[in-house]
Amino acid sequence: MTTLLETRDLKAFYGDFQALFGIDVTVADGETVALIGANGAGKSTFLRAITGMLPAAGQQISFGGQTVAGWAADRIHKAGIAMVPEGRRLFPSLTVEENLLIGASGGRKGPWDLAAVYALFPDLVAKKTNPGTALSGGQQQMVAIGRALMSNPRLLLCDEISLGLAPKVIKDIYRAVPQIREGGTAILVVEQDVGQALAVADRVYCFMEGRVTLTGTPAELTRAQIAQAYFGAKTEEAA
Amino acid sequence: MVWVNAIVQGMLLGGLYALFAAGLSLMFGVMRFVNLAHGDFIVTAAYLMLALVGMLNVHWAFAILLVPAVLGAAGYFNQRILLNRVLGGDLLPPVLVTFGLSIIIQNALLEVFSADSQRLNAGWLDTASFQLGGGIAIGALPLMMFLAAVAVIGGLQFIFYKTALGRMLRATSDDPAMVPLMGGNNGHVFAIATLLASVVVGIAGIFLAVKTNFDPAAGPARLLFAFEAVIIGGLGSLWGTLIGGVILGVAQTLGAQIDAGYQILAGHLVFLAILVARPRGLLPKM
Repeated sequence: MTTLLETRDLKAFYGDFQALFGIDVTVADGETVALIGANGAGKSTFLRAITGMLPAAGQQISFGGQTVAGWAADRIHKAGIAMVPEGRRLFPSLTVEENLLIGASGGRKGPWDLAAVYALFPDLVAKKTNPGTALSGGQQQMVAIGRALMSNPRLLLCDEISLGLAPKVIKDIYRAVPQIREGGTAILVVEQDVGQALAVADRVYCFMEGRVTLTGTPAELTRAQIAQAYFGAKTEEAA
Repeated sequence: MVWVNAIVQGMLLGGLYALFAAGLSLMFGVMRFVNLAHGDFIVTAAYLMLALVGMLNVHWAFAILLVPAVLGAAGYFNQRILLNRVLGGDLLPPVLVTFGLSIIIQNALLEVFSADSQRLNAGWLDTASFQLGGGIAIGALPLMMFLAAVAVIGGLQFIFYKTALGRMLRATSDDPAMVPLMGGNNGHVFAIATLLASVVVGIAGIFLAVKTNFDPAAGPARLLFAFEAVIIGGLGSLWGTLIGGVILGVAQTLGAQIDAGYQILAGHLVFLAILVARPRGLLPKM
């Protein structure tokens, strides 16, 4: 598999505060990678740096063989990185269908169009003329994922897509992941639910305090290793 | 019958106020940004029309297309080069910058055109009218103004709710920080909004040029009427802006019917009454 996304020694700052201390992450074409870690570990900051929302000039971020660090967010989006943001952030004055259509503004061609998104999330068909924010949390998340897919991304970034959702709804959402992979899209999920992350990912990176503390495939990682990388201290079980 | 006539004339005058206000409403709707030089841009458009037709003898039909086009292009670049720099943070910088623009424009117009009050002679159109019977006559020019206002607001409404551009404008209004993640460029979307608003300013300026006398200092009063129409109608609502313009126009003509000196005062009083009764306007969007 060829490397799609690669960051080398990525650092990020909020003013004087350093949030990321040299992150090396790679995602191959078509791969699903999970970032796990506690609140404030830097996972969302990492996604923001990749999308160009957080200035990363002078950094090393390559995507599809191009150096994209310092590019404007809309240019990175057109290159094929789409984001499902934390909290979903649907546009309240747009209908469900308009929220989906606006995702296609970048003009990239591929397998994802309205029909494909409605096939993936049939619940949305009956709601397409409703305001996006009038839906249930799970359905809003489906719209947010569909909106990102409409841009036919090569890499889909998902920030905390299970946050605040009922377990059954989370299951429904994650059921879409294999179908998204089938379309050839690589996925980078940020997830606090470690079990969910290990279930869907080909590889996992664990973040702690702005550093990668552990990486590997779900099969090679032990619970003890993950607990230590996640919390820092050795837990009873790990000891 | 004179009262019915006053109401009819007021409604038609309201069309002009709606044209003044539509651009302001659009820019506020998309960018939460009040352009204090809005009235001065309208007056500039009126002078441009006067210069083209009255001084350079450019054909009417051509000037009517050229003025909105020039204003639109100027609006786009004004937004990209100047106004985008002060948007997004504190509310004060855009207010100061557009206030400064207002002063610059007024002085530039004074320098070029002098302080004399001007008016563009529209020839036969100035006096053409239809008799409706019962002493009510509708002037061709006021009717055109009103129809232009309906067409402009209908057109903007169509762009906003039926086109991909409108979708992007509404999304930007909702959550500008998310728009780049949809492949949109805030700076460009803002400038397109100002372009649309400035085309409407151009149309409003053409009507101002033939409807009333104007001078380089006429801008702030147009801004005030535009403000009142927008706020009566409800911030961010385009049809509300048309209704606001009509209410303001009717209030003014009814006031003038009582006493010629009450025209402007009556408009302000109705504005205040609506502000007290419905602070968010009649058809609030936000």
